[in-house]
Amino acid sequence: MTRIRGSEFCSSAPERPHEASLSSGHFVLYPEDATKPSTSPLHVRRMSLVRPALLPGLIALIGILSLASLAIGPAPITVPLALKALVSDQGAASTVVREIRLPRTVLAVLIGWIFGLSGAGLQGLLRNPLADTAVFGAPQAAAFGAVLVIYSGLIGTLSWALPFAAIAGALLSIALVVAVAGRGATIVVLVLAGLAVGSLAGAGTSLAISLSPNPFAVTEIVFWLLGSFEDRSVVHVWLAAPFILLASALILWAASGLRALALGEDTAQSLGIDVSLLRGLIVAGAAIGTGASVAVAGSIGFVGLVVPHLVRPLVGYDPARTLVPAGLAGAALLLAADCAVRLIPSETEVKIGVLTALLGVPFFLRVIARRKAELVESPA
Amino acid sequence: MMRLEARSLSVDLGARRALDRIDLSLEPGRLTVIVGPNGAGKTTLLRSLAGLAEPAQGDVILNGASLAGMRASARARAIAYLPQGGGVAWPLPVAGVVALGRLPHGEKPDRLSDAGREAVAAALQSVGLQGFAQRPATALSGGERARVLLARALATQAPVLLVDEPVAALDPHHQLVVLDVLKQRARAGATVVAIMHDLSLAARFADMIVLLNQGKIEAFGPPEAVLTEARLGAIFGIRARVLRQAGSLVVVAESPIPDAG
Repeated sequence: MTRIRGSEFCSSAPERPHEASLSSGHFVLYPEDATKPSTSPLHVRRMSLVRPALLPGLIALIGILSLASLAIGPAPITVPLALKALVSDQGAASTVVREIRLPRTVLAVLIGWIFGLSGAGLQGLLRNPLADTAVFGAPQAAAFGAVLVIYSGLIGTLSWALPFAAIAGALLSIALVVAVAGRGATIVVLVLAGLAVGSLAGAGTSLAISLSPNPFAVTEIVFWLLGSFEDRSVVHVWLAAPFILLASALILWAASGLRALALGEDTAQSLGIDVSLLRGLIVAGAAIGTGASVAVAGSIGFVGLVVPHLVRPLVGYDPARTLVPAGLAGAALLLAADCAVRLIPSETEVKIGVLTALLGVPFFLRVIARRKAELVESPA
Repeated sequence: MMRLEARSLSVDLGARRALDRIDLSLEPGRLTVIVGPNGAGKTTLLRSLAGLAEPAQGDVILNGASLAGMRASARARAIAYLPQGGGVAWPLPVAGVVALGRLPHGEKPDRLSDAGREAVAAALQSVGLQGFAQRPATALSGGERARVLLARALATQAPVLLVDEPVAALDPHHQLVVLDVLKQRARAGATVVAIMHDLSLAARFADMIVLLNQGKIEAFGPPEAVLTEARLGAIFGIRARVLRQAGSLVVVAESPIPDAG
């Protein structure tokens, strides 16, 4: 959908406070010196060289990290052996690689991809660089939806009902936050609404745990709330993959409309974009992707918030062209994080959800710190 | 050449009736300026004419066909709309923002046709921003950004051009430049409608003036017929003199009338 090509659609501005969202009817002016663009031909040339190489580069990076992910773990298996074990029977090595490491590698790629895509899509939709499913409390809400189902004791963590329940929870939270903050709300309102929804979902989850009469259900809930790719099987992949593909299709379908939305809803509408449909596609895509991911891997946040910021200096600020690179970068990031948690020396594996939060929250705070001026008054 | 009509058009904003049974026929080849006090319904009227506000009653008709029944893509090619004081969310390059005006023609900003590229260049040139193509739109002054957004609307090359306060943020030089562009578009056969507050500029450039007050049309006609001292007093609540100077009207607002407006 999004092709990378050198053209006049080139952003040469590094990340600055003014990149943030200005919706119709409201300007925020910044001091001149903060807004001097870099327009040197050298800079433009470097951009046009970087861009065509970006997608193949990201795909190559994902490939290398996937190999590492197949080779890293308690059982010593080299990369060549891991590859051999994948295609032919190598005894115990094949069991480890095919049944333990391959599923977690595939899940990390799929979930990182959809988190990156959802984050870039939501940032484009809300014209706000702080938008992300994690900021909206969607993972907590998805977890609450799933916990309610597990709580009933009727199903286990490998049921088809689980993704649906998690998706329902995520959908509710994202729709709620977008409804509250969608039009002319400030960034503060956006973040506060997400905080409220996330806290509510967290409280609901705690309530379900404390009220549960069934110790087995409590164990399952707690196990499952700690976001991780550890001990995931092929079944988990099949549980999540169809939803993630559907979510990707919905978000990518909305891509070209996101460009026009950069100029506000009225202008987008006047350019022939169905803004309600666009909003529906992105919200549904983000919710389905988050719900399905949380259903198999628990709560993992902040990938979607971070990666659009990482790719924008390379692909520019056109929201449509940020999507695919953000998805690929998300896959690479989560895969790298999943390799990292296996390399950190500790008795039990560090949960990946913990690691992404440890990295993501400081990043989030940094973005806020850079935009303090807008947080006071500008709409989202 | 497209005629745009409002037929008994009423629009509600919440519980308030913003437009009340408006009948208006806008001819191609003319620059029509909508004037009126704050809250008169000017923006609502322009949004309705653009097909962006749902009528409570009545209809907007484009060349004999109801706007409500048109496909969004066909409407977008026929009518270009510039909202009031719009912003740009991301530091997109100026040329990229203007290229968004080609979306109704199925052209993506990074893959313009030759005609699209020409339209973008011509639009930038006409608002005096030809050197700005690669500058991030967010790093411009308010007036420069307003001209970029106008260029975006011009780049669609639609037969109907609806612009909400296109000169409000501009310096005197660029006010004249932009009004000249709008006038040229009208002379080339387009149906051009602009909302303005500067009555002297409106009188000088408009072929027709719509005077709107409390959701109703108070007067519609050539500037000298619409802008009378009595009306300015009654509707704007100002003591004003209307002078004729060098073939054009000059409105000198002298003082507010106490307890009016």
